Amino acid sequence: MCGIIGVIDRTKSRMDGSCIKAALSLMNERGSGDGAGYVAYGIYPDYADCYALHVFFDNMEEPKEKVDEILQKQGTIVHQEEIPTTEQPGLKKVHIPWRYFFKPFKDQIGGSLGSEDDLVKDIVMEVNAGIKGALVFSSGKNMGVFKASGWPEDVANFFRIEEYEGYIWLAHNRYPTNTPGWWGGAHPFNLLDWSVVHNGEITSYGTNKRYVEGYGYKCTLLTDTEVVAYLFDLLGRKHGLSKERIVKALAPPFWDEIDRMPPAEEELNRAIRLTYGSALMNGPFAIVVASTDGIVGFTDRIKLRPLVVGETENRLYISSEEAAIRVIEPGIENIYTPRAGEPIIGRFNE
Amino acid sequence: MTLRIDAKNMHYTPLNQQIKAAVADGVKEIVLDNVLGQRFIADGLRGDDVRIVINGVPGGDLAMLMNGPTCIVHGNGEHAPGNTMNSGLLVIHGSAGDAVAHGMRGGKVYIRNNIGYRGGIHMKQYDLDARPVLVIGGTAHSFLGEYMAGGLVLVLGIGLEKSMTDRGIGSGIHGGEIIIRGEVEDHLLGVGAKKFEFTEADLERIKPEIEGFCARFGLDPTEFLDTNYTRIAPSSSRPFAGKYVWE
Repeated sequence: MCGIIGVIDRTKSRMDGSCIKAALSLMNERGSGDGAGYVAYGIYPDYADCYALHVFFDNMEEPKEKVDEILQKQGTIVHQEEIPTTEQPGLKKVHIPWRYFFKPFKDQIGGSLGSEDDLVKDIVMEVNAGIKGALVFSSGKNMGVFKASGWPEDVANFFRIEEYEGYIWLAHNRYPTNTPGWWGGAHPFNLLDWSVVHNGEITSYGTNKRYVEGYGYKCTLLTDTEVVAYLFDLLGRKHGLSKERIVKALAPPFWDEIDRMPPAEEELNRAIRLTYGSALMNGPFAIVVASTDGIVGFTDRIKLRPLVVGETENRLYISSEEAAIRVIEPGIENIYTPRAGEPIIGRFNE
Repeated sequence: MTLRIDAKNMHYTPLNQQIKAAVADGVKEIVLDNVLGQRFIADGLRGDDVRIVINGVPGGDLAMLMNGPTCIVHGNGEHAPGNTMNSGLLVIHGSAGDAVAHGMRGGKVYIRNNIGYRGGIHMKQYDLDARPVLVIGGTAHSFLGEYMAGGLVLVLGIGLEKSMTDRGIGSGIHGGEIIIRGEVEDHLLGVGAKKFEFTEADLERIKPEIEGFCARFGLDPTEFLDTNYTRIAPSSSRPFAGKYVWE
């Protein structure tokens, strides 16, 4: 059991972190104090063209030197600093959260070298799999993840999230059941600008992990949700699938449902299932994924976890509980529960 | 005597303690204002003459193991309202989440609008007195009456072209009945569930439930008093007799 909530403001009006903290805290019952986290998009406008790399360091000596070395070899560190935090009585600071604003060298990218995003993805994988005492937990542009072991309020106050303003926020309250509770295991899980919050389990984790490992992703964070971020990066960024189609690959309709579809739709769904059989996710889950251009929420195919959607004129909310949405929007009228496997998509106005 | 509690920003523990203490002191009506997400309200509460009115959106497991009281919600419900309820009445003037009336074993749950997945899962009955009833004004998502062992689930489909469009109705059902307004397509039936003709005798049997539901929500029952229903029940007396048997 975990609690999730996400919101997008379609006009790109930015919201500070106070509302999302209050909404997530309403669902404290869904967590155990072993992990909470937030992600916001639009928070680093002064460094919008840099990759904002958030890193947990165990100490500022060897791990930091190694990460500096990797980054300086492949680009410019435009700015770096410790992420501002305020000590909380209920939260033990076991890592040092650090951020780099990083620009890859132009001669490191293009052609067979791949894109900027490929380079940054490779750096994240190299650090997380290879450098003891360093963990990159956020690597997109103009966005950032803030997470730790603790309760939602403590983690929010620790990272002072009320000082950040974003047009997308996701938040997660963790109740770890079969993997350890630690800072790196808190949600959101992120790669580049993909961020994932998840309630449930990916029981097909082994299959999905082997599938993404074939494309150079390395699962190092000791829990299943990590693989969802890599699946979205692979299917969305590398294969160019829309969010609707990614969800169809990860939580597809049943074969007997496909058999009853009109011919064109049947052909499409059959093709996606056959192509992406190894990306199909089994088990109970409710997930919200954010990226630079919006959010998408969906559940497993037989709806073993709750998900509620609320819409106002300018905002779309997706949450585990209706009450959490009403913390922010007490008078909201348009509230509904989506169908299993149905993608709920929030985009910015044109 | 009516007790009014402003539940704004209250945790569920002190709230539910106050409710229990008030009922123990002989309070017969409790009105809760500004309820938002508080779980376990009216759980295990006893007393046929006790009335709880909830203004807001209560949290999950509302009226769990409730034994006698009437609980009325002006707002939507969350997951599993009426969970293992024993007797009494739960009325929700809105919609509710997944697993409504989960394992319910007596009393009535009336939901004005829609419910989520697995409504009536594991509902059971012991005899004529302990026969739970779940009535849904709108529609339900998949696996309605999953593993159902007894009781009645009634879906009225008010304002809808088709009362049910989600699959897996009565999946694993081995007792009780699911009655749905209008036709139900065959492919929506779950494993072990079978459609039966809805007769005049069936209508006589469920008439009190239709009238009770309509009375609560100010609806005219006459438009529902015909035989345009589909009755879904176990395909045999023991549809899963061979499931765990190897001969």
